[in-house]
Amino acid sequence: MIVKEKPKAFYDTFERKGAGQEVTHYCPGCGHGTAHKLIAELLVELDIQDRTIFLSPVGCSVFAYYYMDTGNIQCAHGRAPAVGTGIRRTHKDAILISYQGDGDLAAIGTAEIIHAANRGENMTVFFINNAIYGMTGGQMAPTTLEGQKTLTTPLGRSSGRDGNPIGMAEVMDAIKAPVYIERVSLSTPGKVLKARKVFKKALENQIDKKGFSFVEVLSPCPINWKMDPVEARSWMQEHLEPLYPVRNFRDGSHLPVPHDDFIPFMKEDEIINLLSSGGAIPDVKASESDLEQRVKIAGFGGQGVLSAGILLANYAIASGYEATWLPSYGPEMRGGKANAGVIFSNRSIGSPVVAEPNVLIALNSPSLTSFENDVEPGGLIMVNSTLVREEVKRDDVDVLYIPASEMARESGVLATANIIMLTIYLKYKGLADTELLRKVLPLSVKRKDAVDLNLKMMEKALAYYDRELA
Amino acid sequence: MSNKVKQLIKGNEAVIYGALMGGATHFFGYPITPASEIAHGAAKYFTLSGRHFLQAESEVSVINMLYGASGAGARVMTASSGPGMSLMAEGLSYIAGAELPCVVVDVQRAGPGLGNIWPEQSDYNITVKGGGHGNYKSIVLAPHSAQEMCDFTYQAFELADKYRITVIVLADAYIGQMMEAVEIPDRLLEGERKDWALYADKESRGNLVTSILMDPQLQSEHNWKLQRKYEQISREFCQWEELECEDADYLLVAYGISARVCHSAVEVLRKKGVKAGLLRPKTLFPFPEDRLKELASSARKVAAAELSNGQMADDVDRLCGGLCPTERLCWLGGVIPSVQEICDTVEGWESGVER
Repeated sequence: MIVKEKPKAFYDTFERKGAGQEVTHYCPGCGHGTAHKLIAELLVELDIQDRTIFLSPVGCSVFAYYYMDTGNIQCAHGRAPAVGTGIRRTHKDAILISYQGDGDLAAIGTAEIIHAANRGENMTVFFINNAIYGMTGGQMAPTTLEGQKTLTTPLGRSSGRDGNPIGMAEVMDAIKAPVYIERVSLSTPGKVLKARKVFKKALENQIDKKGFSFVEVLSPCPINWKMDPVEARSWMQEHLEPLYPVRNFRDGSHLPVPHDDFIPFMKEDEIINLLSSGGAIPDVKASESDLEQRVKIAGFGGQGVLSAGILLANYAIASGYEATWLPSYGPEMRGGKANAGVIFSNRSIGSPVVAEPNVLIALNSPSLTSFENDVEPGGLIMVNSTLVREEVKRDDVDVLYIPASEMARESGVLATANIIMLTIYLKYKGLADTELLRKVLPLSVKRKDAVDLNLKMMEKALAYYDRELA
Repeated sequence: MSNKVKQLIKGNEAVIYGALMGGATHFFGYPITPASEIAHGAAKYFTLSGRHFLQAESEVSVINMLYGASGAGARVMTASSGPGMSLMAEGLSYIAGAELPCVVVDVQRAGPGLGNIWPEQSDYNITVKGGGHGNYKSIVLAPHSAQEMCDFTYQAFELADKYRITVIVLADAYIGQMMEAVEIPDRLLEGERKDWALYADKESRGNLVTSILMDPQLQSEHNWKLQRKYEQISREFCQWEELECEDADYLLVAYGISARVCHSAVEVLRKKGVKAGLLRPKTLFPFPEDRLKELASSARKVAAAELSNGQMADDVDRLCGGLCPTERLCWLGGVIPSVQEICDTVEGWESGVER
C-alpha cells in the first residue's frame, strides 16, 4: 500500500535544512525520496523509530538527517559500515540503517562493507545504485554502465579504460555471513511495492537479531542521466535492470539467531583481580646500598635471555630498587640473537639503554664478541664457558667463567643456563637473597614445573659458587 | 606504602591497565609493530572483563568504529604507530569536527613510509598540530615511563569526555617495549551518560553526530567554538616536569625516551659542575609555553632534544625567540643518542662560553 501522507518518522518541517523547510533537497524524479519514504514508513510500522540510528553517507543522501526523525550520525565517505560496527558494539538493541550510494559503498567503502558483511554485523544496508555520482555532479560510478557518458567518461565508459560495472549484490553473495541479500528496483510502482516488502524483511531480520541484510536498490537519477523522470524509468528497465538483475540472492531469515558470546561486565574489584593475575611483586623492602647496575644479558634466542632479564628486574624491584628492562625486539630477535638490558638503581633511572654495561652476561660466543668492549672498566663479564671457547681479552674488568650450559645439561634442561648465571651474578655481587628469589621466580616463570626446575638450578648455582668461587 | 598492586610490565601492557581502570569499554585495533602488544592486551583483558575488543580490517575502519562507538556514548580507544596514524588522519578529523571523545595511543616508530620499527618522535606534528584536514587539535600526553603509560591512559578518558576531544598518548617504541614497575590504579572510573550522544532511545532520538555544516556562517561559528575550547584547555590543563631547571644555564627540552636520556645527561653534567636542566613536557598540546619562556629568560641556551628533524624544536625556537639562543639535538631513523653524546655537546657549549 502506498501511503500518501508524510511518514511519521519524517520530521514535520526540515529545520536542519533551514527554518520552516518542507521540501527535500533531492532533484525532481530522484529515487532517494521514494527510498527514504519507504524506510520512514517502516520505522513507524515496525515500531522501531525511537531505537533507530540512521547512518548518513557521503553522497546525495548525506543530508538524510534533515528528514529522518531518528538518532542520526553522519559518516565519512564509505565508512558507515565501520561506524555502524562501533555503534552495534555499544547498543545491542539499536536498529542501524546504513544508507549508502554507489560511490560510497562500491568504490571508496569496499573494504568497510565487505568486512561488516563478513562479520555478519546485525545491521541493514540499503545500497542505492543509480550508476552515477550525483552529489559531485555526474561522474562515473563503479556501477556506471559500459558506454554510459558521464563527466569523467565523456566518451562513454570503456571497460578497457575504466573497468567494468560492478554488481554489489553478487559480491555480497560471495560472502558467507549475510543473512539476506536482494536487489530491487524503483522503476515502476509495482517494483516499488515489491521493494517495500524487501525493505521490511531486511529490517525485521535486524529486529530479530538475525544479522547482516543487504538490499541493493536500483534508483533513478534523471538530472545526471540528462533525462526526464519518465525517460529515466524506461532507461532503468531497458538498460540497468538487464545488467543488474532484480532478484533475491539469499534469504536465511528462517535460520536461527547466531549465538552471542556474552561475557559479563566486570566490576572494579574483579578487574583489579584480573589485571593482577600475573602476580604482584612481593612486598618491597627498602634498598640499603647505593648502586647502579647496568646489566646486559645476551645470547641465542631460546636461551632465556629475555626472561632472565625479567627475573632480574623483578628481583631488583622487590629488593627496593628501581628497575628497567629493555629487550632487543622485532626482526633482530627472530634472527636468533637476543639481548636484554636491565638497569637497577636506588636512584631514579634516566636512560634505559644499556650502552655501557657494568655487567655483561654472555651466554654465547657472538655475545661476548659484540659487547666485550662496551663494558665499563672495573665491570664484570660473566662467560658461559661451555659455549664460549675464547677468553676475555680485557684486563680492566672482573671475569667469571661458568660452565652454565654444562651444568644445565646435567639437569636435563639446557635452557636453565640463564638462571645459573643470574644466581651466581647476584651471589658474587652480594645481592642474593635466596628467600626473595624464591618468591620472585613465579612472576617470571609461569609454569609450575619450570618454577621447581629453576629453583633446583638456583640451588645448584649457589653450591657451585660456594665450591668454586667463594 | 601504597596498597596498589605493583607489577613489572611493558609500557604497552600498562596502557591496557590504565585504559580498563579509566573506564574504557571499547578497543578497536589493527596490529602494527611496535604497538601490537596493546592490541594483544586489549584482546585478552577487554574481552575477559566484558568490554569490547575488535580487530578491524584496517586503521581506516578502526577510527570509524571509534567514531561510531564514541558517538553512541562509549569510552573508546585504539593504539597504533606511524603508518596507522596516517590512515587514521581522516577519521580523527571527523572526530574533531563532531567533537567526539576518543583516546588514541601512538607508539611512534621511524618513518617516512614503512620506515622501521625503532623509535622516532616524528609524529609530533601530526598529533600536536592536528594531523588531518581542518583547524583542530588534540590533547597530546607524552609518557616517559611504563607507569605514565598507565596513568596517562587512565586520565585520558576523563579528559576526552570533559572536553569532547581526542586525547593522544604519544609514546615511542622504547617507552612501549620497556618494562618497569607499574602500580595499577585502584579506582575504576566510569563514563556518564552524555546528553549529545546516540543511545538508540527516545530521549536521544533528536541527537545528531556530524561534522558537516553547509552554512559558512554556522561552520565559522563552530570552528571558532573549537578554537575557544583549545584555548580553554591551554589555560586549564598543562603539565610538565622539571629536573634541575631553576638555575640551569643549559636547558634541555625533551619528552618520552629522549627525556629519559636527557635525564641521565643532566645528572652526569651536574656532577661535573655544568648547570644543565631538563624541562619535560608531559603535555605537548598544551605545551608548557609560559614556563619555558620563564626558564629561557635566565638560561644561556635552550636545546630541544628529540628523535625528529626538529618538529618540537620549531615550537621551542618560536617560544624562546629573543629570550636566549636555541639549539637542536636531533636524531633520526631509530637511532637513540647516548648520554655521552649529549653531555659532550653541552660541555662544548660550556667551554665555548668560557673561552
